[in-house]
Amino acid sequence: MSRRLPKEQYEHTLSYRVKEWLKGTKDPFLGNVEMKPQKEFQEDRKTIVRRDREKKRLFEQIYDIKHNPEIRIFRRAYNIFSVLFCLFLVTMLLLAVSDLPKFGNASNPVNNEVAARYIENGLQETGAVNIVTGMILDYRAFDTLGESHVLFVATCTVLILLRLDGDKKGRSGVGYVMENDRIYEPKNDMILQTVARIVVPPIFIFGIYIILCGHLGPGGGFSGGAVIGAGLILYLNAFGFAKTERFFTQKTYRRTSFCALACYALCKSYSFYTGANHLESGIPLGTPGAILSSGLILILNICVGIVVAGTMYTFYVMFRKGDY
Amino acid sequence: MQIFTWILMGFLVVCAVSVSFSRNLLNSILIFMSYSLVMSVIWILLESPDLAITEAAVGAGITSVLFFITLKKIHAIMKTEDDEDE
Repeated sequence: MSRRLPKEQYEHTLSYRVKEWLKGTKDPFLGNVEMKPQKEFQEDRKTIVRRDREKKRLFEQIYDIKHNPEIRIFRRAYNIFSVLFCLFLVTMLLLAVSDLPKFGNASNPVNNEVAARYIENGLQETGAVNIVTGMILDYRAFDTLGESHVLFVATCTVLILLRLDGDKKGRSGVGYVMENDRIYEPKNDMILQTVARIVVPPIFIFGIYIILCGHLGPGGGFSGGAVIGAGLILYLNAFGFAKTERFFTQKTYRRTSFCALACYALCKSYSFYTGANHLESGIPLGTPGAILSSGLILILNICVGIVVAGTMYTFYVMFRKGDY
Repeated sequence: MQIFTWILMGFLVVCAVSVSFSRNLLNSILIFMSYSLVMSVIWILLESPDLAITEAAVGAGITSVLFFITLKKIHAIMKTEDDEDE
């Protein structure tokens, strides 16, 4: 039978601690992990006054609202139209959802016909031996385009949030040295550099193989791009920013990812246009199993791979340094 | 093979629980990494190699690296360095 424990003894038992943790009254990390508490945000009286004055000045002198009625009208119309546009979007989406068959119904086409068609006709219609890639990049290529754009938007957000807006003059200040850990990176780590010299080329080749053979075997643009991005990160860690900036800068990232996304969108718009109008697309499917086969899938895989590799590398650099 | 799968599953559960109970944030990231690695082996056993490659590259590789840099940024790895000095 259970016996009653005194309170001090009970507080040392495991069950008490688990109960506390479940209830959330005690944070196990508090006091055990070293954290730097953030300073509370405090605004000077001077900056408040200045901000108000600048806001006033913006409206009176720069916009000159009293003499420019079109700006006033535009500002008001902008508010109204943004609300109207949101309402329009919500209505359209709700109408589209209400047209879909009921969720979870046993006789839905999703539960019966779609999967059967993918498996039975996938090879003839897409030309890809790997049915998964055929599904992702042919039947549902629109979703994958959305995913690539999500990655691109995520990189843009990381760039906005973490990029250091360093003016060229103040590059030797204390804050810059604290934020930029380029100074502390290991320059001559013998083990890391030797291993990276041996391992990085096979990683790149394996990533390129995964991308190029995505329609023949397991793989595809996303995983291959992630492998190449990891290889880039390893190379950067071993040899430092000076070496990688010779071939990969922010400009390279912007250009390659823009080209890849635009190429993807163009290819897919062409095939949507021809497919929706019941035209012959004129893209040969080739013999299944050959490397140059299955229509557009190879090109789309390469595009996705480029976007993903650049995104992973940019994430790392932004977290590390905040600047290319 | 059945027994192997069960062992891996048990390892997954142990990893998932110990990630949240580990006091050292660095340790919990390492445990999370091994979780992803075991998960990718399980994906292969479930005959989906596509997912296995992605899980190994993203879950065990890039996510953990990003976690490490984040810990460095918020100065949470400092504690272990102090321990080594003592």
